[in-house]
Amino acid sequence: MQEDPQISAVIAVLVENESGVLARVIGLFSGRGYNIESLTVAPVEDGGNKSRINIVTSGTPMVIEQIKALLYRLVPVHRVSDLTQIGPHVAREMALIKVVGTGEPRTEALRLAEAFRARAVDSTTGSFVFELTGASEKIETFIDLMRPLGLVEVSRTGIAAIARGPKTI
Amino acid sequence: MNASTDLKDSLTAPPSAALSMPVQNGAEIVLRVLQEQQVEVIFGYPGGAVLPIYDALFKQNAIRHVLVRHEQAAVHAAEGYARSTGRVGVVLVTSGPGATNAVTGLLDALMDSVPLVCLTGQVPTHMIGNDAFQEADTTGITRPVTKHNYLVKRPGDLARTLHEAFYVARSGRPGPVVVDLPKDIMVGPSSYTPASEAPHRSYRPVREPAREAVQAAVAAMRRARRPLFYTGGGVINSGSAASEALGRLVRLTGFPCTSTLMGLGAYPTTDPQFLGMLGMHGTYEANLATHGCDVLINLGARFDDRVTGRLDSFSPHSTKIHVDIDASSINKIVRVDIPVVGDAGRAIAMMIEAWEWSDVPVDRDTLAAWWRQIDGWRAIDSLAYKQDPSPSAVIKPQHAIRRLHALARETGRDTFVTTEVGQHQMWAATHFQYDRPNRWMTSGGLGTMGYGLPAAVGVQVAHPDALVIDIAGEASTLMNIQELGTIAQYRLPVKLFILNNRYMGMVRQWQELLHGSRYSESYSASLPDFVKLADAFQATGMRATSLGELDDVIRRMLAHDGPVVADICVDETENCYPMIPSGAAHNEMILGPEQSDRAARITDEGLMLI
Ligand SMILES: Cc1ncc(C[n+]2csc(CCOP(=O)(O)OP(=O)(O)O)c2C)c(N)n1
Ligand SMILES: [Mg+2]
Repeated sequence: MQEDPQISAVIAVLVENESGVLARVIGLFSGRGYNIESLTVAPVEDGGNKSRINIVTSGTPMVIEQIKALLYRLVPVHRVSDLTQIGPHVAREMALIKVVGTGEPRTEALRLAEAFRARAVDSTTGSFVFELTGASEKIETFIDLMRPLGLVEVSRTGIAAIARGPKTI
Repeated sequence: MNASTDLKDSLTAPPSAALSMPVQNGAEIVLRVLQEQQVEVIFGYPGGAVLPIYDALFKQNAIRHVLVRHEQAAVHAAEGYARSTGRVGVVLVTSGPGATNAVTGLLDALMDSVPLVCLTGQVPTHMIGNDAFQEADTTGITRPVTKHNYLVKRPGDLARTLHEAFYVARSGRPGPVVVDLPKDIMVGPSSYTPASEAPHRSYRPVREPAREAVQAAVAAMRRARRPLFYTGGGVINSGSAASEALGRLVRLTGFPCTSTLMGLGAYPTTDPQFLGMLGMHGTYEANLATHGCDVLINLGARFDDRVTGRLDSFSPHSTKIHVDIDASSINKIVRVDIPVVGDAGRAIAMMIEAWEWSDVPVDRDTLAAWWRQIDGWRAIDSLAYKQDPSPSAVIKPQHAIRRLHALARETGRDTFVTTEVGQHQMWAATHFQYDRPNRWMTSGGLGTMGYGLPAAVGVQVAHPDALVIDIAGEASTLMNIQELGTIAQYRLPVKLFILNNRYMGMVRQWQELLHGSRYSESYSASLPDFVKLADAFQATGMRATSLGELDDVIRRMLAHDGPVVADICVDETENCYPMIPSGAAHNEMILGPEQSDRAARITDEGLMLI
């Protein structure tokens, strides 16, 4: 059991939008020692009565199955769907990245931002805030590139994910 | 029956007197919902935040209130009530310390799947978050110890939420539900809404097992050469029809049957096809059959670590079938081959049908050979103990329980047993006999010392004419001894049968086996005189110190029509055997000195496990 390989899973959970529901979901992970790599939540359906939680987690296949069953067992949970299992999916996040500097590094940062299609959503003579949307790896690469160019702060949304094609959760 | 008809059950309640009342406050609405949910009794303890509810209780007669002496006991009493009746147990406690005192009981009920609704008082909504007097974040604290919980923030949500709490508590895998009730909502006007007929928005547990899964299970059962039924509390939770069906299935197949601690009584423990309990203190034959079987049919049990022992050698050669209403129990600990998600009773009924229709031939000869092997293990007589027959002899605890069972049976009365936690609990599980479901109430998953006495209160309240015995240890008894006050107040004829070995025996046993007999803090020093204690609580106290006194004390206890505390002074050094040490496999059992001096390899990891 312990020797099983760790896999990563992107799980979409449709929940009743009520107080405490996020605490239940997070408590399920913390209480049983499961990983949360990313978690996002926002109202999506039914005039705001239902929220969607996207969770990126990892574990052995048995643990992932267990997580899904435990999520489904929660009273305010409508649906649980493993996007990594139902087929190809798109997973994106948005990051706000603050870079402080002048002169050569500042020009270089702007040049790289253009190459990455990051938008400068705030600029002063000594700083930029870039907005970048994409797969997590792309955001990580961009952050790494900004590091020597005056990176001072990063704010990321975590992943929103959806299945490709006409299929829904 | 499915989830939605479950909900409708609550609608068949007769219209109550309350229906004609004028504008009602929140507290009155609470009682009206309880009445519609056919609640007869609630176990509780008052305080500031629930005074409006107590006031509403005072003004009506439909629902009884049993005043316990500690909120933990209220929850255990409700558990005893629920487990002995199959109904939802109801608890009422105040905010802050009332709610926090209930926490142990709630977790106990969660782990043992007992349906409860626990109403907790809360400070008024406008004061929540102010660290107000007796404020606690009750929904936060109880989230991990309940199946679900609610904080009612608007009067309009009150009735609906309460109805929903009952539905959630009893449907699917049953469990405790907390409803936190701020005082202003109890005092202010509220409106009544009947239980909804519509299915729940999101919670719709599957009751009906998939037919193909049952057919696959039965096909494996018919091909089995060394089959074994492993049944658990899920069969009892499914209702008495499930236990009856289990009896039919076991007899129809001719297979051996073992049970978990929680499942005792679903299949009669006196039946020849019953191998005794399995697990850490299970019988030799049950554990070796589990180890050696080729098809293991788990009905409503959850592969608890007390049952499986070392996982990598648990039932290593078997095809595993697992019936559970909780999909998250399946493949949680042990990988199974044929999962069947659904109600145990339904699954058993479908198995009977599929068995009768199947044309896969059954090999009766191999089954007979399997039985011969089991009979060989049985001959070891792993529960045997040696009682010196002289009247002055020290009483063996196992013997005391066997005599208790024999003499209780002679009375012909319907008998319910609760227990505390420790050696006496294991002996009560193995030396008393349970021929019917819902007659055995013990704290399995949490192992809560102090469970048995309050649970006996709940059982006796539900069954006023029955014989209710708490088989107890002297240390556990002291954890909720104050309930002798409740027993006195309601004149409950509960029998507290203390196997007094002057030790936290189970702790002492582990220290003897795993910690070089260093008995660190496990001696029950400065014990009270239980006979005098009985007297102080208006009960009758009795004591047996030698074998010659045992039967007489038991007889007098059973004959007395009032509460009794029987202090049975037993052998202080007796150990509970057989035993699979933590970290060992089923075929590495330690047998008692009577059976063999074979010792299991107690692994170093065993020391780390609890
Ligand atoms: C509330 C609680 N605290 C501690 C324990 C650990 N524990 C398990 S059995 C036991 C000893 C019980 O002693 P007693 O009630 O005398 O029963 P015996 O084992 O002697 O029959 C202890 C301390 C527990 N199960 N529950
Ligand atoms: Mg003891």
